[in-house]
This record gives sequence, structure tokens and C-alpha cells, in this order.
Amino acid sequence: MIEPTTTTTSASATASPLLRIVAVTKRFGGFAAVDALSLDLVAGEFFALLGPSGCGKTTLLRMLAGFETPDHGAILLDGEDVAPVLPHRRPVNMMFQSYALFPHLSVQDNVAFGLRRAGLPKAEIAARVAEMLALVRLEGFERRKPDQLSGGQRQRVALARALARRPRLLLLDEPMAALDKKLRQSTQAELKELQRRLGTTFVIVTHDQEEAMTVADRIGVMDRGRLVQVGPPRELYETPASRWIAGFVGDINLIEGRVVSREGGRLVLALPDGGATVMALCAGAGRQDAADGCIAVRPEKIRLAPADSAAGEGAPNRLAGEVVDVTYQGSVSLYRVALKGGLVVRAALANASRAGVPDLGPGRAVTASFAPEDGVVLEA
Amino acid sequence: MRARALAGLSAFNAVSLALGLAFLYLPIVILVAYSFNASRLVAVWGGWSLRWYGELLHDRAMLDAAWMSLRVGVCAATAATLLGTLAAVALARGGGFLGRTLMSGMLYAPLVMPEVMTGLALLLLFVAVDAERGFWTVVIAHTTLTMCFVAVIVQSRLAGLDRSLEEAAMDLGCSPARAFAAVTLPLIAPAIAAGWMLAFTLSLDDLVIASFTTGPGSATLPIRIYSEVRLGVRPEINAICALVIVAVALLIVAASLITKFAGGSRDAAAPL
Repeated sequence: MIEPTTTTTSASATASPLLRIVAVTKRFGGFAAVDALSLDLVAGEFFALLGPSGCGKTTLLRMLAGFETPDHGAILLDGEDVAPVLPHRRPVNMMFQSYALFPHLSVQDNVAFGLRRAGLPKAEIAARVAEMLALVRLEGFERRKPDQLSGGQRQRVALARALARRPRLLLLDEPMAALDKKLRQSTQAELKELQRRLGTTFVIVTHDQEEAMTVADRIGVMDRGRLVQVGPPRELYETPASRWIAGFVGDINLIEGRVVSREGGRLVLALPDGGATVMALCAGAGRQDAADGCIAVRPEKIRLAPADSAAGEGAPNRLAGEVVDVTYQGSVSLYRVALKGGLVVRAALANASRAGVPDLGPGRAVTASFAPEDGVVLEA
Repeated sequence: MRARALAGLSAFNAVSLALGLAFLYLPIVILVAYSFNASRLVAVWGGWSLRWYGELLHDRAMLDAAWMSLRVGVCAATAATLLGTLAAVALARGGGFLGRTLMSGMLYAPLVMPEVMTGLALLLLFVAVDAERGFWTVVIAHTTLTMCFVAVIVQSRLAGLDRSLEEAAMDLGCSPARAFAAVTLPLIAPAIAAGWMLAFTLSLDDLVIASFTTGPGSATLPIRIYSEVRLGVRPEINAICALVIVAVALLIVAASLITKFAGGSRDAAAPL
């Protein structure tokens, strides 16, 4: 049942979707946990559902697994509506946030559980269990009970158990929430590698945007039961569709002002204090009539230079200000700069040398600048 | 940990504990000691002897009563375990059905109901349906008495189980019923066993309800002992009481060990 390994890394328009979620709604009482949500997944992709807690991402995942039934809409798996199909009849497996390992069964019996239910011959079960344990590097742990394993090992048993039946779709509900940060990072890399090798379609639910960006080919950002933006990690980060997404995925500076001109694919804003103007490229037509606009810039795209430096004189988007404070974070240092007029922008500068930049300390007058193509015009 | 706790007792606490334990166990110690009394007179110590244990073997009526109690205990405990487990599962897993809190409360009410009332109510029921009172009426009465204890024990175990265990079983190809049998049942088995033992000891101990619901020729051991004592305490009674105390103590210890073992594995099963 394993799909041939494909090179598909993003949804291509030509591939027919493995999974189609069509206008699915799920209500709990009067509250719509999932609200008329539609989404297509192609075979072989790694998709992340990202959102704050309570946004409905877990409810959506549980509907894909069959533990919840949609009130409206259809869930088509290979063209067949599986919404009314019970969990044990779906070619879908789930890895639970708590792992849900059976405490009374050994590691190998946990992994073999689903295979025995599928009625596979004994020899094949043994071979498949060995294959799965090799896949998650747990050879030699066959006879251990779950309570004799570390958290990371338990997580891998859960993964092996969910993959053993070779599902068409693997659902992962916050699979790394219980791991510490170091282990989480290495596990994310392994998970992505494993998914590439198997070619199985993975859907992961997470509230951790770094995790989603690390593992997924495409990310769907959910808010209040709806998908607000779907796209590859780069697109989500570099071209957020709204202020909310821009703020949720990573850190961002929102520079708001009055629209001065909107011509030739450029938006020019005047900041409230008067004088300084900022400019950014805007791809679409946008709202031509709006009097106010917002340009968003990621902190790492802002450059700082001492105010008396002549470098870059005459370039657009030069904003005078004063360094408020500097937070050393290892690979980068985060500078907060108060612009004239009161707006505070954050600039992340890579600590490319051990000495740092002494002439950008707190209280120094600086010029913050960014290239027009690094600003994002946000309409919503 | 226990030793450290004892070592850490202050003099005041040690005295309190000694007094408390003496209050609880002195009567029982005296009863057991007098069961080894060689003298026929209950209040006069005549040296050590196993005589009354030997005489017990020839006390036909007492042995019949003991056999009756044993059979009632096994039947009632088994029926109570079955019904109590079903009720616990329904309450813990049934979702939010109407009147669930009321049901839950009603299930626990018999725990605090005075036994005289339970006994009287059952007697009235048996008279009303014209049931011949005897072995089976006592079994039914004891099932009523003990099933709520089983339900409480099993329900608390179920409450501590991760719901996603059953979901994982379903996800891996089990129908809901099959998931219960393959995953939930083995995990709550210790609680069920502990519940059975508790039900058995409660049935073995009960005098009040049994005396309301039993019929002629079906005396349980407590009834037999009580009726004998009213005619005067014989040393054989001390002997059989000592035996019952040992049996009950063993069952209680076994039940608590099983519960403790189950508690340990439950903690291990919990997510980090």
C-alpha cells in the first residue's frame, strides 16, 4: 500500500488529490469547531495544520480518523466519502498526542496489534514488526513494556505502530509535544526523512510554527475553525495574507501609515510623525481606495547602521531612530529601535562575529532600513 | 518510606497511634486468644489448646452455615461484579446522557443507606413477588448490597485510563466492542478482581440484610453465630470467628495489593 516514492513536495495542480475535504462543518453545541472548511491533499505530501489551541485543528484531524462525524460536508479519500465510515474501517491511522501505547502489551505486541486485527499471516506480521522497529531504530526493544521506555522511545513505538498497517494517510496529533526541545528538533528531521522515504501522506497537527515549517511541504493555518492561509512554509512566512497570520507565524514589524501613492506596483506610506515615508512592493491591485496602509517587515530583513554612517545614503526606507535595548539570543541579537514618532521596530542581526557590533548599543542613534522588496503590504 | 514514617513519629503521635490501634484491635485479639483457651468457661483462662478448632469439625450446623455463607458470597460477589462493572462502564464511557449525574448519585446511595432499611425493603419486595426466601433471596440481597462498591472501584479505575487507548485500538482495526475487550478489559481487570474480593467479604460479613431476607434452614454464618451467642458464648464460636477474621484479612490484603499493583501500572501508562 506504500505509494511509490514521489518527488512531489507541494500540491501540483495536475495531481489528483488523495484527500478532498469539502465544506466540512463540525459543531459542538452552538460552537463551530470546524466551519465550512475545504482542503485538498495530494498523495505523498507532508501537510501541517497549524493554529493556536482551540482553532479546530484537532477536531479536523479526528474527523479524518473517524472519531468525529462532520455535521455537514464530505471527506473524500480516493474519491470515496469516508465521513460515515467507522475508524476501524478506514485506511487511515493516527498517532496520538499521548501516544496511547497499550501498557499491558510489549513493544512488539503494540506494533503487531493492528496487523493481527488485519488478519495477516504470522510470518508476515513478524517480518513487518521487525521492519517497523528497524525503521524507527528500536531493534532490541521488542520485549520491553511501554513503561520501561524513555519518552522518545515511546514516541517512536507509537509511530511504528501507526505506520505498520501502511495507511494511505497518517495523522499525527501534536506528536512531539511531550519531547524536550533538543529531542524534538532531531525527531522532526527524522520524521521528515521517514516521510520522504515512505512516500506516505502525512497530516500533522501542531501549534508550533517552527515545527510546522521544519517538517511540512505545505502548511494550513487555522483560526476559529477556518483555514486562513494554505501554502508552502516560505510563502506563509514571506507573504502572509493578513496581519494575524504575519504575527502568528514568526515575529514581524507592522508599520502603519497614510497612503501617499500606489503606483507602478509600489505602495508608499507616510508615517504618522510626518516626514519619513516607507515604500514596499505590492504585487496585486490591492484596495485602491484605502487611505491607510500597513507594511510588514520581518526583523531579520531590517538593517541597522550608525546614524552618522553614510552608507546607503539616498536609498528608500531609511528610518532614523535610537536603540532601546539589545537582547542577545546566541545566533542573533534582537535590537529594539524607537523610531522618531514613537513606533518601535525590532531588528534581528546575525552575530556573524564573536565581537558583536559595539557601536549599536542602547542609546545610540541609528538608521534602520529595509529594501522595498522585503516589505509586505498587508491589506487585512 | 513506611519505616521512615514510623521513625519520624513523635512520642505524642506514637501514643495516639498505639491507643487507636488498641481500640480497634484489642477486642479482636481477645477473641482470637480465647479461641485457644482450654477452658470451657469463656471468661476463665485455662491454658492453650486447639480443642475448639477440632470440635468445630463436628459442629454440623456451624459447618452448614459456613458452607452457605461461602456459596452466597461467591454467587453474590460474581453477580455484583458483573452488574457493577457494567454500570461503571456505562457511567464512565456512556458520554453525556440525560440524567447521568443523577444515575451516578443513585448508584452510590446504597453505600450510605442504613442496612436495616435495605433489608426491610428487600424483604417487602420478596414478599410482594411471593419469592420463597432462602439461598437465592440472600444472594440477590447481597448482590444489591455489594454492586455499588464494585461500581465505585471500577469507575475510578476507568476514570484514570487514557480515553485514547480505546481510540487507538479502534484506529488499529478493532470494532468498539473488540477494543473494549482487547484493551480496556485487561487494564481494568485488577479493579474488577479487587471489587469481587471486596464484594465477597462484605457478603461474608453481613448479618442484618441476610437475616431479613433468608428463610428457614438457610442460615448464613453470621446469622448462626448471632443466634448461638444469644444462648451463651461457646468457645467454638471464638474459633470460627478467628477463622473468619483470617479469611477476611487475607482477602482484604489481596484486594489492596491488587489495587496497588494496578495503580502503579496506571501511572506508568500515563503520558509524560
